[in-house]
Amino acid sequence: MSAPLQKLVLDADALQARVEQLLAGGGRMQMAYAWQAEPDALEVRYLAAPATGQPLELWCVRPVDGVLPSMALHAPLLGWYEREMQDLYGLTFRGHPEPFPLVIERSEGVPRAPLTLPDVVDPQAQWLGFGPVRADVVESAQFLFLYIGEAIVHYVPRLFLKHRGMERRFEGLSPLHGCVLAERVSGVGSVAHALAYCQAVEQAAGCAVPQYARQWRVLLAELERIYNHLHYFGQLADATTLKVGQAEGRLLEERVKQLAGALTGQRFMRNVLCPGGLRREMAVPADWVDRLSVLRKGVESYLAQLERTTSYLDRLITTGVLPREVAFDQGATGPIERASGLDRDLRRDHPYAAYDELPVPVPLAESGDAHARAQVRAAELRASFDLLELLLPQLASGPCRVPCEAMPGSFGLGWAESPRGSLYYAVHVNADGTLARVKIKSPSFSNWRAFPFTVHQTNMMDYAINEASFGLTIAGCDR
Amino acid sequence: MPLWTLRGLIQGTATTEWPKDPAAHGQHGTLGMPRIGAERCTEDCHRCAEACPTNAIALDTRGHLETLDYGRCIHCQLCVEACPSGTLQPSSEWAFGVREREDLLWSLAPEVLPAEARLAEHIEHSFRGSLHVRHVDAGSCNGCESELQALNNPFYNLHRLGIFFTASPRAADLLLVTGTVTTAMREPLQAAWTAMPDPKRVLACGTCAVSGGVCGGTETSGNGLEGVLPVDVWLPGCPPNPAAIIEALLLLLERKPQRIHGGRVHER
Repeated sequence: MSAPLQKLVLDADALQARVEQLLAGGGRMQMAYAWQAEPDALEVRYLAAPATGQPLELWCVRPVDGVLPSMALHAPLLGWYEREMQDLYGLTFRGHPEPFPLVIERSEGVPRAPLTLPDVVDPQAQWLGFGPVRADVVESAQFLFLYIGEAIVHYVPRLFLKHRGMERRFEGLSPLHGCVLAERVSGVGSVAHALAYCQAVEQAAGCAVPQYARQWRVLLAELERIYNHLHYFGQLADATTLKVGQAEGRLLEERVKQLAGALTGQRFMRNVLCPGGLRREMAVPADWVDRLSVLRKGVESYLAQLERTTSYLDRLITTGVLPREVAFDQGATGPIERASGLDRDLRRDHPYAAYDELPVPVPLAESGDAHARAQVRAAELRASFDLLELLLPQLASGPCRVPCEAMPGSFGLGWAESPRGSLYYAVHVNADGTLARVKIKSPSFSNWRAFPFTVHQTNMMDYAINEASFGLTIAGCDR
Repeated sequence: MPLWTLRGLIQGTATTEWPKDPAAHGQHGTLGMPRIGAERCTEDCHRCAEACPTNAIALDTRGHLETLDYGRCIHCQLCVEACPSGTLQPSSEWAFGVREREDLLWSLAPEVLPAEARLAEHIEHSFRGSLHVRHVDAGSCNGCESELQALNNPFYNLHRLGIFFTASPRAADLLLVTGTVTTAMREPLQAAWTAMPDPKRVLACGTCAVSGGVCGGTETSGNGLEGVLPVDVWLPGCPPNPAAIIEALLLLLERKPQRIHGGRVHER
């Protein structure tokens, strides 16, 4: 890992000044989580990304009698992290603007997904509940619309119905089993999750991954981006009732998954990564590169056709606008923030795996609407093919892994720019080498926080298109 | 104005001939559940049981492989990589749908192949023509959903087999469940099942729904469908690929025989 991590110990009272200083310097908070630092003491860790070019910072803060000052008014994106710590670790955040349960609420001892709705005064306005079992094959979540006629006045997504307690599930596992679990946190982000997790363990172990493995990790991660972005265009074509466009997007996605299956033995490219490198020697099948280049032609033609379709463009332009300031404050990440003009990408800003040896273009758009989000994803799709074409002829030889034993009591932070944005794994290791605490900051947790701001005060007709244009997963958010 | 329909027509048929053409399933090169080879364990190594993240493997008193529960298997290949004697081998067996949960349990005991007799009266006549499926995600990683969504892509084109996804449970014949059944999803899942008219069937899709898999066992995660709903077909896999899901649907409809008995493959 080229960019080191800076660890600081802060007093609870010093937190606000530090956050303000970070924001004034052009930085942004990334996440916060609690862990049992000592048998009787919790510690909260805040991850901050100062302006580009500087290392990430980890602030360690001890709550005083289970209480910390809330930073949600200064850095709104921390609001959800604080509520999560409140629900799962019993901490209190003084002065939190929305101190309601987020992830879990107990009624008569039974954990359930919380729901807090604002009071409504207008007698004309009604609540419309949609889900958690919704039409089509989709993930479970409940969406509540406060509406008058076609107009959406306010929108509340009720998430965390799928909260499996994945972070808890890691506790006590061996680092290798942890990797298998990380691959199953968010299925369509299997490679990114395994990659961020492995890099966290490797940092804790202080081991250097061989170039062979680092290159293959990039190859798999970019292939994952390609099938995810193709899925995204299929969804967007579906939402804009472009039936052939939907079918073609889905077919292209299927072809990539079949290529992934032929390359790795698993369509989601699971069971390849492990702490220290890769689990086995890899080989590119004989006709694989040719199939990839045929696929690329199909993708280019498909994207060009979409970009010429006025009925599709009409539905995207000005739909679901996420202003730059809101994207920044609420913590939007990945293609979503880049479509709102925020120039961030972990592959370039804090390179990992073999990204420091490769040119990583970071496409941006300014308008923040559904069209901008589609444009950014289309450009990323093309860039991923470029990266693969550059990488495939220069794959190194050498060992596929090195021994990787995380030291007792050690800590590591790993990250990856998943197809949906920044993904972090913080890993604490027990004295016996098993996992003590694993924190997962998934991109969908960040983007679900920002998404409702593009739905309030819009209309029902645009909702499905707007939702498709965000490309969210619920498993990643709920964990 | 681009002509999408013409573009689609020019591209021709993308749909596979599978299952009519048994080789055209589209899963070439993928690995399935580990196969138990003819070589028996030679040493007291315990490596496979220790390697398994879901406790699917049980050893006998000598430390040799005794049982393997495919209903817990996520085909992570760790046991295959750990096995020194070749007892556990990689395989491309991914179609593991069965009617009885016990049929997913391989054990060293001699295999008994049950008669095919009960097949004929098992499924109601009303399902013969077509099948309408209501899917419920009860806490999955989205891997199963990704593969279920793939069923409607032009390659698998599920409609050609007379199987359709439907929006309302009131119009559904089959409840297809993915995920570990989290505490919060248990009630909506049971509500969907209650809303379905009789006769109704349940398919547990994916290792999470069969046994909780690698994600089960926490306070909120649940451990799959056992004891939650009456299951008609169990399909382990992490996730089962689209062809495996189609196989399981055809098994439910008795348009395909069950291949797995007592954890062993039996082609009829």
